[in-house]
Order: sequence, then C-alpha cells, then structure tokens
Amino acid sequence: MTPEEAERQIRNLIYDYAHCIDDDRLEEWPDFFTEKCFYQVISRVDHDAGLPAGIITCTSRGMLVDRIVSLRNANIYEPHVYRHLISAVRVRGEENGVWKAQTGYGVIRTMEEGDISVFNTGKYVDEIVFEEGGPKIKSRICVFDSRRVDTLLVIPI
Amino acid sequence: MCAMTTEDLKQCVGWPGQGVHQVPYRVYTDPEIYVEEQQRIFRGAVWNFIGMESEVPETGDFVTRYAGDTPVVMVRDEEGAINVLVNQCCHRGNLVCTKSKGNEDHLTCVYHNWIYDLKGNLTSVAFRRGINGRGGMPEDFSMEGRGMPRLRVDNYNGLVFASFSDAVPALLDYLGAEMRANLDRVAGRKMKLIGMHHQYMPNNWKLYMENVRDSYHASLLHMFQAAFGINRLTMDGGIKLSGDGWHHISYSMEETDSGADDAYKGKNLHAMDHGFEMADPKLVEKWREFDCGTTLAIQSIYPNFVCQQIYNSLALRLCVPKGPEHCELVWWVLGTEEDTDEQHDIRVTQSNMIGPAGLISMEDGVVGGWVQRATIRDGDSLTMLEMGGRDVEPSENSRATEVSIRGFWNGWRSLMEI
Repeated sequence: MTPEEAERQIRNLIYDYAHCIDDDRLEEWPDFFTEKCFYQVISRVDHDAGLPAGIITCTSRGMLVDRIVSLRNANIYEPHVYRHLISAVRVRGEENGVWKAQTGYGVIRTMEEGDISVFNTGKYVDEIVFEEGGPKIKSRICVFDSRRVDTLLVIPI
Repeated sequence: MCAMTTEDLKQCVGWPGQGVHQVPYRVYTDPEIYVEEQQRIFRGAVWNFIGMESEVPETGDFVTRYAGDTPVVMVRDEEGAINVLVNQCCHRGNLVCTKSKGNEDHLTCVYHNWIYDLKGNLTSVAFRRGINGRGGMPEDFSMEGRGMPRLRVDNYNGLVFASFSDAVPALLDYLGAEMRANLDRVAGRKMKLIGMHHQYMPNNWKLYMENVRDSYHASLLHMFQAAFGINRLTMDGGIKLSGDGWHHISYSMEETDSGADDAYKGKNLHAMDHGFEMADPKLVEKWREFDCGTTLAIQSIYPNFVCQQIYNSLALRLCVPKGPEHCELVWWVLGTEEDTDEQHDIRVTQSNMIGPAGLISMEDGVVGGWVQRATIRDGDSLTMLEMGGRDVEPSENSRATEVSIRGFWNGWRSLMEI
C-alpha cells in the first residue's frame, strides 16, 4: 500500500467514525478500534497537566462495548443526537506500523425539544494501525477545549 | 447589600409549618431567595470548601475558586500560610487574578496596576503622586488597611476551607468527630490529584445537594450500578448525621449483602433489569482498601462539599451555585502517593463510573434539571420528604430514607432564619 493510499483510508476511517456516531449506529462504534486499545475523553487543561483520569478512559474494545450496552439499557438521559464537524485531518506519518493523525472536531448537540448547542470541541489525537487490510484505531484521545461539560456526556465523542 | 428582612424572607419562602419534610418548589427558582442564600449561607456561619492545600505547594502559587458564587483566590504566602481572598480589586472592583492558576510574587490588578502582597494587602498604587506633580490620589489617601477582602481560613488534613463569618466555630468543631473520621479515612492520606472535572448542571444547587444526600434514589435511578450489583439498598449500611443534621454520610458494606434478590423480587423495579454481561469486567475490579469494609461512602459537609468513596474511586466534589437555576459541580479525582501502579490503574479505570460521563453518576447531572423544569410554575407546591419518617435522626440500619435531605433543610432553615 502506498502512503497516499494509507492516508486516504485513514481519513475515511476518521470520517466514517463520525457518521457512525451521528447516525446512531453506536453498536458499530467499538469496531473502529483494535481489540486492545485506548480511548480517552479528557479536558485540554487536564491533558496538558498530565493528569491520567479523563472523564472517560477505556483500555479495551470490551470497555467500549460496555459503554454502549450501558447507554442503551441502563443510563437515563434526555434523548439527543450529535453532529460531528470534522476539520483539518492531518496524517502525520508512520513509525513501526503505527500512523499518527490529528483532527479538529466540533460536536453540536440537538435535544429532543429542539435546543441546539455546541456541546464539545477539541482534537482527536490518534494512533492508527492496519489490521486485516483496514485501518483501526489503536489509540484515540479526544482532548476537549473547554474544561466544562454541560449536564452529562453519554454518547461517545 | 439590599438584604430582605427576615420577616419578608419568610413571606417570600412560604415555608409550611415547622418541619423539614416538605419544601416549597419556589426555593429552587426564586432570584431573591438565591441572593439571600449567598448572604445568609455562603457568607454566613459556614465553612466553604475552597481546594486542596497541595494545589498551591509553593510560595506565590494560586488558584481561583468560588465561595458560594463569590470569586476568590487561594494563594500561599511567604510564610507558607494559605490565604483566601475575594478576587476583587479595592479600587474599581476588577478581578485581580484572571487565570485559573499560576504563580506570582504579588497579585496585580491589570486595570490600573494596583498591587497586593500575597496576603492581599495593598502595597502599591500606580501614579499615586500623579505625573509631574499633577493628578494622583488625594494627600490623605492611605494604603493602610486596604486590600483584597480576606476570609477566615482553616485547613483540615490538607483540605482548605474559608469563611466570611467570625461566628462560625473552628473547622474541627464544625465538622465534628464522626465527619472528621470519614474525611481522614477517604482523603486524609497523602492524596494525589489524578483528574478534575467541571460539570455544568441546569438546576439549582440545592437540588444537587439533595440528590447527594438521597440514599433512596441510588439504586433506583442509577441502573448501571444495580444491574451489576454494585450497590443495593439491601446491603448493610446506614446514614450517619452530625448532631443537627447539617452533614451526613451514607455508607454501605458490600460483602454483607444477602437475600437481595428476595427483597427486590416482585417489586417491578426497573433496577432489576439484569442480563448485562460485561465484555470487560476490568471496570469492576477493586481491592479491599479499608479495614472497616466500607465499599461506598458519600459524605456531604454543609453547605455544598462532598467527599466520595465508591469502591476505590475517591473524589471531592464542590457544587458551585451559578444563579438560581444553574450550578457547576467541580470534581477532584484522587489517588494516594502510596498507590502501587496496579492500584493507580484501578482508580483510573473506576473513574469511568463517576463524573459527567460516569456510568453511575451521569444521571445526577440531568435529574435536577427535570425537577426544575417540571416545577417552574408551581412555587407554592411542596416536595415530599417522608421516606423513613419526618424526623432528623441517624438511620443505622437503612438507606431507604430521606433523612439526610431533611437534615440539609435543618441547616437551611437555621441559616436562613426561616
């Protein structure tokens, strides 16, 4: 695979990930990750300070699955949907089979009654590997710009 | 301060009778009551939690915080003492510290370059003598006695509290022995900050503080917890209250749980929707950290401070009022300096259960807002707090009670003189 082709597939992975969440196909969301993976949602100030506990820290695909099972069956929240706006995808090259990428994102949240707000903005800091021919996320850190989260965060970023 | 008279406040609140088992919904929405609370509670005879001593280890280190909704600065001075100052210049009232944290030799108001020492004393006024002999402050102006208003400060085991009141008892006595023992147990070791969360909630601060004290809802609203058997009302546990009900601890011991299924059977509780198989049970891995066997302890210190142990997830929380219909919950997620790498990892993993995205705690961020919306036009109507009786006595055997919430209203009535 040429570097150009790898980059194309990585960009598509990043876009597909956003569509998957926004289309409420959340059961498919863990499949974007490798079996042993890292997924964290953490404020910019905590990330910069090197604090280890984000608001979500998952270290396996199973933990991602459990999040979605909990969202569907256990957690109580007001119905809402996300729209991810993806910007400035930059693939930063490969080392030992691991591709690094950084992407800007914004998440607009729409509540059932119609309230629309900018819920979360930040950057994805990704490590991506190719498995079975396709790219998978080995590590995704969602570093969000505000330190504040409104109400609750149940749908993944 | 155009404070209401106590008589006017009583009229405004419309408290029903002498009890604490009924509360008019008006207290969650009324702007005048909110203003009175700031004066009578947060600037009254209470200790406001400000932060951890370890957040300002060096001389000149500061963090900006809130006491009630008053912006304050916690700063360490040259003698190593911690000062809590109202973050307000004595000249034109500008914010002096505009960053959330930093280190300064002195505190400077950028508006007109008035300078304060680390105790908040005014030490310099720009162009005090004017320019070329013209302008400047009047001859009789003195910096003596001027500065950023300084609060009374007390420190318990590294937890820094501040008060606007000279009348409030010393922090040790305010907390009392039983409350201190739990703070010692959970947060009294060499603690290490492993994360901070800020959760903005669409509800009055009291709705959150009631929720914290509401042991009745824990296994009913929070279904994640119940589905995995982390906390059930049938576990051994109870409620400890400080003498007047102002502070509380709700605790349980998991190993003693027995006969739970029978107690829940036939009650049609949605919390019993079992059938979750964890794809990765790492989330519920834990170790026995405390000899007493306590697996869950939620403690609140009046008015708005919380100390939490859920298994090995330790955290402090402060519910900052943000106007009558909003509040911001600040979380200090903690480990200890002595944690092994494995214990550290367990704490980080368990922190998935708490905070704004917490699998257990997230519902607490939304339920207050629903109460707020539902009651908007019914200020005269009363909320009902009669589970476990109408009194304010510790409940050693049961957490199916609202006694801690009644204790909260004891404190509120006392400070508000209602």
